[in-house]
Amino acid sequence: MWSRESLEAMGERWTQRVQRVRDALRPFRRRIVLFLAVVGPGLIVSNVDNDAGGIYTYAQSGAKYGNAVLWSLIPMTIALYVSLEMCSRMGAFTGKGLSDLVREEFGFRVTFFLMAAVVVVNLGNVMAEFTGVFWASEAMGVSRFISVPIAAILVWVLVVQGTAKVVERIFLAICVVYFAYVISAFLAKPDWLISLLHLLPPQLMQYVPTVKPFLEVPKFDAGYAVILAGLVGTTIAPWQHFFLQAAVVEKRVGPRQYPATRNDVLVGSISCMVIVFFIIVCTAATLHVKGILDVDNAGTAAIALRPLAGKFASLLFAIGLLNASLFAASILPLSTSYVVCEALGFESGIDRKFGEAKIFYALYTALIFLGAFMVLAFGKFANTILLWSQVLNGFLLPAVLIFVLILVNRKDLMGDQVNSRGFNWVAWISTIAMIVLTLVVAYTSIHDLFAHPAG
Amino acid sequence: MLTATELMGAKTYDAQGNYVGKVREFFVEPAEQPNRVAHFLLSRGSFQPLVARHDQVASIEAGKLELSVPERALEAYLPNEGWLAVTKDLLDQQIIDTAGRKVVRVNDLDLTEQRTNGNVELRITQVDVGLPGAVRRLLQGIAPQRMIRSLQNRLPARTIRWEFVNLVEPDPLRRLKLRITHEKLEDLHPADLADIMEDLSPAERQGIISSLDEETAAAVLAELDARLTTQIVEKLDPEKAADILEEMAPDAAADVLGGLPKETSDELLDEMPGQEANEVRELLEFDPATAGGMMNTDFVFVGDKSTRDEVLEWMKEQDLNLDQLDTIVLLDGGAQFSGSVPVARLLLAGSNQVLNELKMEPLLSIQPNADEKDVFELFDKYNLRMLTVVDEDGRPLGVITVDDVVSKLLK
Repeated sequence: MWSRESLEAMGERWTQRVQRVRDALRPFRRRIVLFLAVVGPGLIVSNVDNDAGGIYTYAQSGAKYGNAVLWSLIPMTIALYVSLEMCSRMGAFTGKGLSDLVREEFGFRVTFFLMAAVVVVNLGNVMAEFTGVFWASEAMGVSRFISVPIAAILVWVLVVQGTAKVVERIFLAICVVYFAYVISAFLAKPDWLISLLHLLPPQLMQYVPTVKPFLEVPKFDAGYAVILAGLVGTTIAPWQHFFLQAAVVEKRVGPRQYPATRNDVLVGSISCMVIVFFIIVCTAATLHVKGILDVDNAGTAAIALRPLAGKFASLLFAIGLLNASLFAASILPLSTSYVVCEALGFESGIDRKFGEAKIFYALYTALIFLGAFMVLAFGKFANTILLWSQVLNGFLLPAVLIFVLILVNRKDLMGDQVNSRGFNWVAWISTIAMIVLTLVVAYTSIHDLFAHPAG
Repeated sequence: MLTATELMGAKTYDAQGNYVGKVREFFVEPAEQPNRVAHFLLSRGSFQPLVARHDQVASIEAGKLELSVPERALEAYLPNEGWLAVTKDLLDQQIIDTAGRKVVRVNDLDLTEQRTNGNVELRITQVDVGLPGAVRRLLQGIAPQRMIRSLQNRLPARTIRWEFVNLVEPDPLRRLKLRITHEKLEDLHPADLADIMEDLSPAERQGIISSLDEETAAAVLAELDARLTTQIVEKLDPEKAADILEEMAPDAAADVLGGLPKETSDELLDEMPGQEANEVRELLEFDPATAGGMMNTDFVFVGDKSTRDEVLEWMKEQDLNLDQLDTIVLLDGGAQFSGSVPVARLLLAGSNQVLNELKMEPLLSIQPNADEKDVFELFDKYNLRMLTVVDEDGRPLGVITVDDVVSKLLK
């Protein structure tokens, strides 16, 4: 039978074994915790980007040009990742937000004008988000005079109550609605090989004889340039850079946690683009092939979801749009107020009382309610609002990227974490490409505005 | 009164009235005078920049500076680490307002003129962190001087007196040259200092912690966000880190070490004196989400047969940690836990009363592997301020105090 000694020896062995397992798990457990703690900013920042303006632009480009715009997704993913990665790196290694760095290195006046531009551009973005709410509610048969004020008050209260973080997670969860496009795209049975083929630039691929017959080669005219710039403009927005860097600082990401954050930014950039890919393929297979080349209202955009939802397509589209809009509307005004107040030295933070941080609260409230009011007052011109908010983003983006590039290459700030030469090449090329596209869009939209003043 | 912004770009003339250049920067030399503007950097086109000393200045007004010496008496500018450059090191940078206990950004500096044997000296009186400074920075040189002045007078001022300003300089050598000490910070409550640190960048935090004395540093680290504490300790010189950890309560030290990679925490434990290190090692064995992970091994225990006066006498002789003196743990003859007595009861008891008669009912204790939720429930149900953790044989291992519970609950 069991002797007392052998039992004790067995107990001893067990204790040792448990200890070994514990020791082995220790680094692993820490890593999980670390990943969960750091995951988020990159994913959020890229997903908020698929907002009302985004969905509109993707649907429009898919309908108008079908597969012929898909090639732009890979360079755009690279540009998005490169520009966001620089900000997250600056946040992790300097521990300062982008607007703080601009203030410290470029002085008050430069910062003031940059911040003024950020406020104007983001007001445009907030208006675009409420336009999304407006469309979604029209699609569900609710008047915008009911839905938009409710949405504005809801967003304001949620954030001031401090429940914003929880709500953020809920919105992020509802982003699963985007998968409706993925499923819809599969049900629409497009020719996947041809779509994937278009991820490579058709302008170059047409010289490969075997694939030439399958290609849709776009004509590079003004309309096409506008669509491309729109895609870039909605995908890579100036506010993302400020938001991401501030979030990295707030999450206390340091050099040791930085690799996890970089992965988060990478996953965020790619997942954002995968969604865009499916939305475009889906609209191309449902609208473009049927000859519907212009998405002029929510009803047309919803057709893309018919393969999945049938007669509920409009409802599904409305829910997706509403979620995307509210998600962005709850993040944009708050992050804008933070960035502006921090840079200019005003008290900020929702943990402060109203009297302590007047300018912060005033700015935050004004952004929401002015944005909502403009949408109510000028609802007829919703398309114009949306377009102009993208154009304004496009104007500000190169400026922000130039600041980022100058700062990230400063040895005294970043030490050995400055950009490598190859990285700088990619970053500067994408910045210059965006400036060129922006100029094209500015030219055409101003031209259009004067040609058809009613919008 | 003048401001730094108004002085910047001022045209400078020498004793003969010849134009010398514009003021591009001015410096304070803290080693000599903490608030005097000691040097003016003058530049004119592509000429070599010159420096005017404070005793070479005859008069100062907004936009204009007159020297009391000819141009050839001025020296050429050489960068000096011991000079505090107002534009580069102060304007737009963050400083610590030790009176208001927070981190603020400098918009402008207020200066006053002071006449000393025929010269005019400028002294920094306060830093402007409010709207008037912001407006001046924005409009200086664009709008007329009078308009700016009248506009800023209508705005609410927010200023900090120069003596309450604590500069933040991450580089230790530069800090030494600029005579930046953190004595004023050591007078703040550790919790306030921890809040201030959270608003700074990692390099600045590191600079502050490494210049504080070990006791203050330990108190601040215990108040900081766990992740920040880990980052700071990791970057400290191991010897200094071990000294700080030694000053911390063993449970707080264990929390810090638990967040570090195994090699680093082992290295730091080796640096610490044997007994402290052993206490912390034992605590590290426990899962942070259990009673053992929350407890502190630093507690006061006496035999349960002792009388009130004996205990009070004994306590006076010991060098006891007052934070732990809220409740006394009683041991019976077999060194097993027999109860606990709040010090308040001790005060009101008769002088010969035996402690055993004073102990709290019901007799409560918890095992180290009990889940933290059980701890919370006990504290809530019996309104405890302290709970004793005992091993399987009933020997006390440590105590959990109510502040441990509160900080756990807030996480």
